[in-house]
Amino acid sequence: MSNKAMVYSEVRQAGWGYYGLLAASAVLVGLGLIAFFYLEHTGHHATGMNNQIVWGLPHVFAIFLIVAASGALNIGSIGTVFNNKPYKPLGRLSGLLAIACLIGGLMVLVLDLGHPDRLIIAMTHYNFKSIFAWNIILYNGFLALAVLYVWSMMDYKMQRFYKPAGFAAFFWRLVLTTGTGSIFGFLVAREAYDSAIFGPLFILVSFSLGLALFILITFGLFTWTHRALNDDLLMRKRYLLALFIGAVLFFEAIFHVTALYAAEHSHFERFMLSGQSGYSLWFWIGHVLIGSIVPLFLLLLPMCRGQVRSLLMASALVLIGSFIQLYVIIIGGQAYPLTLFPNAEVESTFFDGVINSYVPSLWELMLGIGGVGVTLVMIVIGVKVLRFLPVSLAQANPDEDTD
Amino acid sequence: MTSNQVNEYRRRFMAGLGLAAGATLAPNFILRSAQAADVVARPDNEPASSAKRWGMLIDANRLTDGGASMVEACKREHGWGNDPQASAEQQPQWMRVVKVTDKHTKHSFTLPVMCQHCENPPCVDVCPTGASMKRADGIVYVNKHTCIGCRYCMMACPYKARSFVHEPLKDQKPHSPRGMGTVESCNLCVHRIDKGQLPACVEAAPHAVIFGDLNDPESRISQALKALGGTQIRADLGLNTGVRYLNI
Repeated sequence: MSNKAMVYSEVRQAGWGYYGLLAASAVLVGLGLIAFFYLEHTGHHATGMNNQIVWGLPHVFAIFLIVAASGALNIGSIGTVFNNKPYKPLGRLSGLLAIACLIGGLMVLVLDLGHPDRLIIAMTHYNFKSIFAWNIILYNGFLALAVLYVWSMMDYKMQRFYKPAGFAAFFWRLVLTTGTGSIFGFLVAREAYDSAIFGPLFILVSFSLGLALFILITFGLFTWTHRALNDDLLMRKRYLLALFIGAVLFFEAIFHVTALYAAEHSHFERFMLSGQSGYSLWFWIGHVLIGSIVPLFLLLLPMCRGQVRSLLMASALVLIGSFIQLYVIIIGGQAYPLTLFPNAEVESTFFDGVINSYVPSLWELMLGIGGVGVTLVMIVIGVKVLRFLPVSLAQANPDEDTD
Repeated sequence: MTSNQVNEYRRRFMAGLGLAAGATLAPNFILRSAQAADVVARPDNEPASSAKRWGMLIDANRLTDGGASMVEACKREHGWGNDPQASAEQQPQWMRVVKVTDKHTKHSFTLPVMCQHCENPPCVDVCPTGASMKRADGIVYVNKHTCIGCRYCMMACPYKARSFVHEPLKDQKPHSPRGMGTVESCNLCVHRIDKGQLPACVEAAPHAVIFGDLNDPESRISQALKALGGTQIRADLGLNTGVRYLNI
């Protein structure tokens, strides 16, 4: 099936269904804004974050959405970069999802700053040695490329930019996710981080998380708007999703096994893996079992793998598992105390040597959910006002791979 | 063991004792007291110069209170330590006394820990806006006007020397303003150094601390470091700290 023959249309649905969904998403945004204004006024003392756990639940939401944004472009890349034609009709939606997730994530990140009013400083004062500063450039560049990519798909006058924009966005997002992972990789002082593997690990998390999110959103949108979705097309992605889940596990294993081997990190690994802390339960049960093993069974076992329901369930579990994985990396990594003096116990009024505790407040949850709300609002409005969705994918032939 | 070997053993043992005695006496000789003459005021019309690098040598053995009086002096000088709404975990601490006990031998000591004013500070490297900065004379601190409150420097500091202000504050010290939503840490009492005064914590423990210019080989701190050495916390990270310790 040729891309040119594909017809796209705005979502025709209106009434309670559409506006109810829009209102529900807007309520989430409202919750986020209430939390922001409250925290901006009273300060972060109302949060569970403190001077030991300096990044909390908002950062988990923010990084979850940013990593998902990068991965959401998967389907677009499969069509554009790898020239898998049947997936080209989904490229527009893929771009929209990437933009919406990124803006949602960035909103949480920015609104959690101690001084969100100084965003202009972050945009004008760059310390080029900082991976954070690089990330600001990477996020802005990704947005620009994703917009250009979508534009080139929607406006025939811009068609000449389709391939270059698609390729550029594909490579840019690999760098972007490496940058996001390197935020942790560059922290030399913390045992939980300080590893180059965070770059590739985050790329793989973005692959599996982004694909899972795309599958769920696509299925939801097509079902809701009564458009024919080619199940074969969607089911084709189950092995790819399984591959990504396996790759994430592989990189996690390499990280932990390497750390276990080094005596200096063995205490941290015991803390993280042996059940000494709640984080190890989250890691094993939340991320490994529920977020990886069960989805792998759903995707690969002969009795499940042919059913769309299994794919949807696996995708949902991957989302949950990825969120837990990021929670364990971000919060668990900070909960473990800094090593001031190796082989010694330290104590002080500043909680040296103590496993730090963190209980997120409702405000933080609201702020994080606000970011999800922004993503949803952008998608719901996007598909209503612009032609992001193909009218039907019933004719798409998954076997038609090349020109 | 032959008699020659016994004599050799005795000689080494006595030499060792002598070294130990010397090491004990030398600090008494050199670490007499912190002196205001160690700091020369910087004229208002001159920028800080990289010809100097301010540093501090703290003798843990001579801190009879483990450094508590230094911490109290820092609190008084900068007005931190009692933010009304922050929880215990949220209270900023620019400086604290850390008790260290070897897991195996149970040997124990205490020392004050604050910003170590690294030559290669990770907090400066990671700061996106350059608010976390190192002045030409080696003082590491936060520019409160450009700090956006991202806390990445707190994640990067190996010494946990930085704090975030979690609430609006009143009645601040004019020479050391603190702001909600920004990160803060020991600034080596930069306002005092520029006037030719010692940092508040050094004044509070004059018999245990030498303050001065690490770049000047003739300064008392350079002389003391040359004679006695000086330990860096987490020297393995290669940060070349400006704060050094004896007897830890």
